[in-house]
Amino acid sequence: MARVKTYVRPMQGWWRKNPFFVRYMIREASSVFLAIYAVILLVGLLRLSQGEAAYDAWRDALTSPVSILFHWLALLTVGYHAYTWWMVSPKTAPDLYIAGRPIPELLIAGGGLLGTIGASILVYAIVRWM
Amino acid sequence: MKRSHEPIFWSLFGAGGVLSALIAPILILITGIIAPIGVWMPPQALEYARVLAFAQHWLGKALILAVISLFLFHAAHRIYHGLHDVGVHAGTGTMVAAYGGALLATLAAAWLLITIGF
Repeated sequence: MARVKTYVRPMQGWWRKNPFFVRYMIREASSVFLAIYAVILLVGLLRLSQGEAAYDAWRDALTSPVSILFHWLALLTVGYHAYTWWMVSPKTAPDLYIAGRPIPELLIAGGGLLGTIGASILVYAIVRWM
Repeated sequence: MKRSHEPIFWSLFGAGGVLSALIAPILILITGIIAPIGVWMPPQALEYARVLAFAQHWLGKALILAVISLFLFHAAHRIYHGLHDVGVHAGTGTMVAAYGGALLATLAAAWLLITIGF
């Protein structure tokens, strides 16, 4: 059967035309960095199970410039994901009420952002001093 | 009507989203930047004996498994649904690759955590 040649509107680079979509794509791209980071941790776990020499080789690989650059990009994009995650949380969270009144959106989003700051300080303190 | 499996993947996506929003930036900063370059984090902090002890503790095991598994299920969900945005039409193959990859990594992490011992 002959292929029908109807006009299909090209969608190449559609998201570059609008800053809102650019931000959307950056947020979605954060998941690629997050996935690669999780795989790096999984490899670290594998190397940890193989003994001290293997684990030290893994740590050594993390000092390469490519690795440092990757982690900077991951930090920026995943940090942006964290910010957007909490900013949208008033809309994704179930309706919450205190004394019959809905909790203000600012309180929910702000609470999440403060949660990230608090959890970050806690993780840093545990890794460094515990 | 066929029951949707979306709620399961949505829950894993949400759990991974919350966990990564809370601690992924600081974990990336510690393990990927400040510990490797040796600024604001002494080299002993992530030395073999210490990390091994962490991975042998039940709480450490739970945290490691949660981080690896939920980060990947969160990412799998976003990548799977985001493929459409870059012109790849999602189907059974891409779905199996995305969620199957996350599941395999979860099983691998669980297996390694068992072999590392208690």
